[in-house]
Amino acid sequence: MITLAAAYALAGLMFAAFAVLGLRDRRPGNAAFHALLSLSFIAGDRLGDIGNGVLVLALVALAGSGALRRSAPATTGPDERRAASARHGNRLFLPALIVPATALLGTLVLKDSGLVDPKQVTLISLALGVVVALAATMLWLRPPLLAPLQEGRRLIDAVGWACVLPQMLASLGVVFALAGVGTLVGHGIGAVIPDGSRLAATLAYTGGMALFTIVMGNAFAAFPVMTAAVGLPLLVRVYGGDPAVVCALGMLSGFCGTLLTPMAANFNIVPATLLELDDRYGVIRAQVATALPMLAINTALLYALAF
Amino acid sequence: MLALSGIAVIVIGFALRLNPMLVVAVAALATGLGAGLAPLAIVGAFGKAFNDNRFVSVVWIVLPVIGLLERSGLQERARAVIASVRGATVGRLLFAYLLFRQLTAAVGLKDIAGHAQTVRPLVAPMAEAAAAAQGVADDAGRQQIRALAAATDNVGVFFGEDIFIAIASILLIVGFLAANGIILAPLDLSVWAIPSAVAAVAVHGGRLWWLDHKLAAPSPPDEPLRTERGEREQRR
Repeated sequence: MITLAAAYALAGLMFAAFAVLGLRDRRPGNAAFHALLSLSFIAGDRLGDIGNGVLVLALVALAGSGALRRSAPATTGPDERRAASARHGNRLFLPALIVPATALLGTLVLKDSGLVDPKQVTLISLALGVVVALAATMLWLRPPLLAPLQEGRRLIDAVGWACVLPQMLASLGVVFALAGVGTLVGHGIGAVIPDGSRLAATLAYTGGMALFTIVMGNAFAAFPVMTAAVGLPLLVRVYGGDPAVVCALGMLSGFCGTLLTPMAANFNIVPATLLELDDRYGVIRAQVATALPMLAINTALLYALAF
Repeated sequence: MLALSGIAVIVIGFALRLNPMLVVAVAALATGLGAGLAPLAIVGAFGKAFNDNRFVSVVWIVLPVIGLLERSGLQERARAVIASVRGATVGRLLFAYLLFRQLTAAVGLKDIAGHAQTVRPLVAPMAEAAAAAQGVADDAGRQQIRALAAATDNVGVFFGEDIFIAIASILLIVGFLAANGIILAPLDLSVWAIPSAVAAVAVHGGRLWWLDHKLAAPSPPDEPLRTERGEREQRR
């Protein structure tokens, strides 16, 4: 059965290639960073916990010391691109659509086939889509053999160390949980709600979900804490709210927090680097005017529908 | 209470815009020490969590495909297509993408699109081209349009995915409630995500409509001056 290990191997090989090309391009910082990521993807399960921890510290040292630089591998210029765009026409969209289409088809077709791990079928299908799209594009356009790796390196170097930040923050969430941060915050919020006010309890729950998500970067981490501190004991048990409504809208209030926090790096920081914005918080700024009204609406919906 | 020191580190670190990688590492250390863990135990716990969360970073494998197609003029193609559609506006384009993201996420297909797969190569250049025809010519304005494209992707996924019964967040709620003696089916929960999904279309769609309202009406597709200059600046 194909598991996520296959996708990890593919990622590991890609980062190894980035490391070699980066070294040849006299960017030792980038090369070391990508070599460590390659090691993590290929051999992470054999490094042991401390070994992986040391690997992370090395990544942090490289990122923190400014060792990573942008790169400019040879690529096509604007005129060449316009000419190529006119020459290939709308067929250029086909390879770009192979990746999402394969992810979609694979998710639907391979899920119960027994060939792939059903829990990870979308990520494995995505990896499959990448391989198919690469093969198709190479055969059709016949670019230089190293072009996909050099172009990939150009993009990953534009993202820089931010490419590993979401994984770092997910790991920080685990350490937070280990240290009992959630329970502490939950008790703190639970203690400040005035007695006997259903509205105050509702506001504390949805507002607390959003706030704690802003701190943790992840509504999944906030949900069990806030629901155990406020949602279940007050809204459901004392005021008789429908647990399905309370929990569904509580989670969605948390998502409003996700739209507002740099801690949710994969949604907010990575796209800012990927789209080459000068302001690292540019995507968050674009989301504020949607997130705050949605938080108010979710709170109103919970108050209106749950009781 | 000392375990909360990590949160203080995060808030101060992000507010001062220090390097987030360093901030995260220091926050983990402060939290662990505050909770009475030994330094080596913290390193081990963080290392194990990092290894368990590798799936978060797997999505970068799409970059070689995206880069290869960019090299062959994909972004220019995306711009040309939008520039040739009469009546295409940045608001209408992003509204269509919002609906696409919400509807596909609602049937469990949230990973078929995303910032690397679709926003950078397709949606952002299309939005820029539409906005250029509406008079957005300076670099700061174009950056705001790109940021809005990314924001639209997030809003669509966040307020669509919970309608799907087998999404992680719904399963988390079901598991949490079961552990507290409340047995619910995923469908009982996911129907309550629908009102918020409709509200998100209204709120974000309203913002996009307002953006179109503020910008000029799109100029005819073959007004060369503005788009040409736009493209040249974009390359820099």
